[in-house]
Amino acid sequence: MSHFLYSLIGLAAGICFILALKGLSTPKTARRGNIIGAVGATIATVVVFFNAQEGESLPLNNLGWILGAIALGVVIGVPAARKVQMTQMPQLVALFNGVGGGAAALVAIVEYLHLGDSANTAEVIATVFTVIVGCVSFSGSIITFLKLQELMTTRPVVFPGGRFVIAGTLAATLGVAVWVVAALGTNPLLILAALALAFGILFVLPVGGADVPIVISLLNAFTGLTVAASGYVLDSTLLIIAGTLVGASGTILTRMMAEAMGRSLFGTLFGAFTAKPQQASGAADERPVRSGSPDDVAILLNYARRVVIVPGFGLAVAQAQHTVRELADLLISKGIDVAYGIHPVAGRMPGHMNVLLAEANVPYDQLAEMDEVNPTFAQTDVAIVIGANDVVNPAAKTSPGAPIYGMPILEVANAANIIFLKRSMRPGFAGIENELLYDPKTMLLFGDAKASLTKVVSALKNL
Amino acid sequence: MEPIAIISIFVLAVFVGFEVVSKVSSTLHTPLMSGANAIHGVILVGAIIVADHSSTNLELGLAVAAIILATINMVGGFVVTDRMLEMFKPKKGGENK
Repeated sequence: MSHFLYSLIGLAAGICFILALKGLSTPKTARRGNIIGAVGATIATVVVFFNAQEGESLPLNNLGWILGAIALGVVIGVPAARKVQMTQMPQLVALFNGVGGGAAALVAIVEYLHLGDSANTAEVIATVFTVIVGCVSFSGSIITFLKLQELMTTRPVVFPGGRFVIAGTLAATLGVAVWVVAALGTNPLLILAALALAFGILFVLPVGGADVPIVISLLNAFTGLTVAASGYVLDSTLLIIAGTLVGASGTILTRMMAEAMGRSLFGTLFGAFTAKPQQASGAADERPVRSGSPDDVAILLNYARRVVIVPGFGLAVAQAQHTVRELADLLISKGIDVAYGIHPVAGRMPGHMNVLLAEANVPYDQLAEMDEVNPTFAQTDVAIVIGANDVVNPAAKTSPGAPIYGMPILEVANAANIIFLKRSMRPGFAGIENELLYDPKTMLLFGDAKASLTKVVSALKNL
Repeated sequence: MEPIAIISIFVLAVFVGFEVVSKVSSTLHTPLMSGANAIHGVILVGAIIVADHSSTNLELGLAVAAIILATINMVGGFVVTDRMLEMFKPKKGGENK
């Protein structure tokens, strides 16, 4: 295949990626967009087997190894993606992003070993960039995975002098980077990779709870840029286009996510350098709470005129989306006005709740965004909070020291009655106490969200 | 490739990337991130290229590892995004939001 034809097909794949991102920006075309992206990636992968690199011939060397490795990747990746539960998708995306960053770093290292002394300075700089950012993306994503999977604490991990350690690691990384560019050599590059891996871990450790999705998005953009840099070293226009697209759109997406959550991107990014050790917020452990039975909840709902349902991660964990819809339908059939109050970051990822409720065929017009629903809480008789906590926690408005301070919340406190469906008194993902639980107009219904809702539905039917 | 050609491609791709996702409802933030994540799995192409011209066992070993990781990123990424978007099947009459 001529190099011209190869480049032309690569360009077609690049256009597929642009159309994919465009499609993914609108609900109607999102699924088609994703498929176009997959087609582009497939074209790009297939065509590389038919193009001889400079000084090489077809078929590709090590063809058996290459095909075997692809097969192994498919065998690992597809089942993981198919079997994962809705609740665990965010961490799977984090993991996929991490291995992508790792792959980019490995490609850069191999190319560096291969080029040896013949690499020019620009290529070395691009290599160094890819190794640093790819390794940061890899180790950082692994930490976000561990946090979301709750294999480690979800709270910010801050240790005394931490910011100096982080700044020191960053300085050392940059120092070694200069050394690699100036002196060349394999060992400095490996030291660089090790330092970058360490920096990725240190960078993500102080990020707490609600900021984790923003960091995943940011690392995703980082990985895109490493792919672009690899494209430069490997002289592949396609990789430059694809990587830059992801880097640019990922940056915008990260900013949009941060805005939706009321977080400053800067604050999230440099949280590592400014985070202070958290004070234990043990002020309110022993106070009484009011818990009720499913019948109490049913009665409260039966005589309400307007009910707002606030779903959270607990709903996803319990897979209670169908039951909650049953409850809503029942209430509507009784002439009660029902809306779902959707916080942009309820669950573990922006849009998590919409996806979950859409699965239960909840009509779109019942889903109200935060800005729409907040002014209506004053006219709401009952707000049912199902497995949500941080997104309704008034600490975001009232206590400047809280990790979620500044995040807009659903103001359920303005409703006449609040019902919390919770598994336990355990605080939410951000690990902060919720004052609302102790509010006299709050009733708690403990238990698995699905089991509790089922009981409420049957109690309501018997009324 | 000419440096100016590379710079042009890079800068234009940055602008395209900014423009295509400038207005997205928060509902789609996660699927969009996941889709973009799958797209950068195309580093697989780079991994195949370096595997092709690997001349030592060390290079080949690292390249094979890169291919495995990149394939997981790309294939898994598109599959998981599709699963997220399955939930957005068109509804009769409903306003897509």
